[in-house]
Amino acid sequence: MRNIFLFIRRYFNFIFFLLLQVFCIYLIVHYNRYHNAIASVYVNEVTGRVNEQYNKVDYYLQLKKANQQLVKENERLRNTAKADFETPDTSVKVVTDSIPYDTLGNHRKWAYQAAKVVSNSVTSQSNFIVLGRGAAQQLKKDEGVIDTNNGVVGIVTDVSDNFAVVMSMLHKDSRINALLKNDPQGGGTIVWDGKEPNYLSMINVRKSAKVAKGDTVVTSGITTTFPYGLMIGTVEEVLPEKSSNNYIIKIKSTANFYNLQHVYAIDNYQREEINKLVEKAKSKINN
Amino acid sequence: MSTLVKNILRFILLILVQFFVLDRVHLSYMVTPYIYILFIFWMPFNFSRTLQMVLAFLLGFALDSFRHNPGFHASACVLIAYVRPFIINIMLPHEGADTNYEEPSLKSMGGFIPYIVYAGVLTLLHNSWLFMLEALQFGNFWEFIVKTLFSTLISLLLIIIAELLFSRKQKFRTNTI
Repeated sequence: MRNIFLFIRRYFNFIFFLLLQVFCIYLIVHYNRYHNAIASVYVNEVTGRVNEQYNKVDYYLQLKKANQQLVKENERLRNTAKADFETPDTSVKVVTDSIPYDTLGNHRKWAYQAAKVVSNSVTSQSNFIVLGRGAAQQLKKDEGVIDTNNGVVGIVTDVSDNFAVVMSMLHKDSRINALLKNDPQGGGTIVWDGKEPNYLSMINVRKSAKVAKGDTVVTSGITTTFPYGLMIGTVEEVLPEKSSNNYIIKIKSTANFYNLQHVYAIDNYQREEINKLVEKAKSKINN
Repeated sequence: MSTLVKNILRFILLILVQFFVLDRVHLSYMVTPYIYILFIFWMPFNFSRTLQMVLAFLLGFALDSFRHNPGFHASACVLIAYVRPFIINIMLPHEGADTNYEEPSLKSMGGFIPYIVYAGVLTLLHNSWLFMLEALQFGNFWEFIVKTLFSTLISLLLIIIAELLFSRKQKFRTNTI
């Protein structure tokens, strides 16, 4: 027994070093699974406050760009106004006697929530974006996030009272389902290879898909995160994958990750019900 | 300024500079310069090794909290804090320099070259450990080598500039050991 204590005392520094390293590795490995831990929420609030102060200065410097983006969005929205379309007289008039949309939101599936980007990074291999809107302002986990030009940005992974952390598409663990707009048979998964910001890869696209440079890639709508048809990017280069019968498509993202200021989080009102159903089905199969 | 206040100020300033200035520098190959490790380089000689490791862990953890992926920088910082006393022992110009001076600097390390070797070895160690942890999750070998080399060179350049800009006046305290 005495020898054990002597040993520990003698090599205390080394043992302490090993313990700290093990703790760090534990944090690295388990972060994704335990990111709801109270400590992480508390840390988010603290770093969020600091980021907010910095963003006040940064936002002022980027006002011009932010304005341009908002003007562009306004233009797009104005062009979708009903008054801009005129139906010819020969068309059939459709009369619905009940309103498909009600103010209580019973039929509503998707709701857009504006949020301000408080902090953003593109340089590391796992980039996160922090939004200045949190659980107290109805933002929830697993919501999809798009920028002002309808370009997909990422998915909310963590929510504290006043801030939310978004896993950017520029993150090694980011997986988003996508389709080629011209050929909906060609679906795939959007990942990031960690090399260049604003350039993504679409993997597992079968070779029979018709794809050309400049084609649009949109969200597939088969998950509960994004509705169908939000733009992800345009095809930049098509490469055959050596080991399988698939393409890897290099994509330039629609969202410009360098200067994100205003984004929208998309809430899915049906998510909870769908998730519940899936859970139920899973537990039935497992038992 | 007392040692405590000085180190607290350094800690906060270096973290802020690292996250709000250097992390926003976009170089090709995703190279990021690291300067916040100056806090570890400049820790006084007389801190116990356990204390050095704890402080290094807190430093790394603070940066990790800002970047939202805990563990990576903390691990690299703890590693260099553990190795630091060994390097200082090898590089010290003469016996007792670590009691004559307060902390490692150009003067107390005995000139430009020894100090650069000291900073260079620790920076290389920090970067290679950090990028290796990242490469384990994804990435390939050549990218790892290129990233480590360029990051170390740029970090070292910044560290030398910082050292020359903010030269710390080190008093020669005593010549008795």
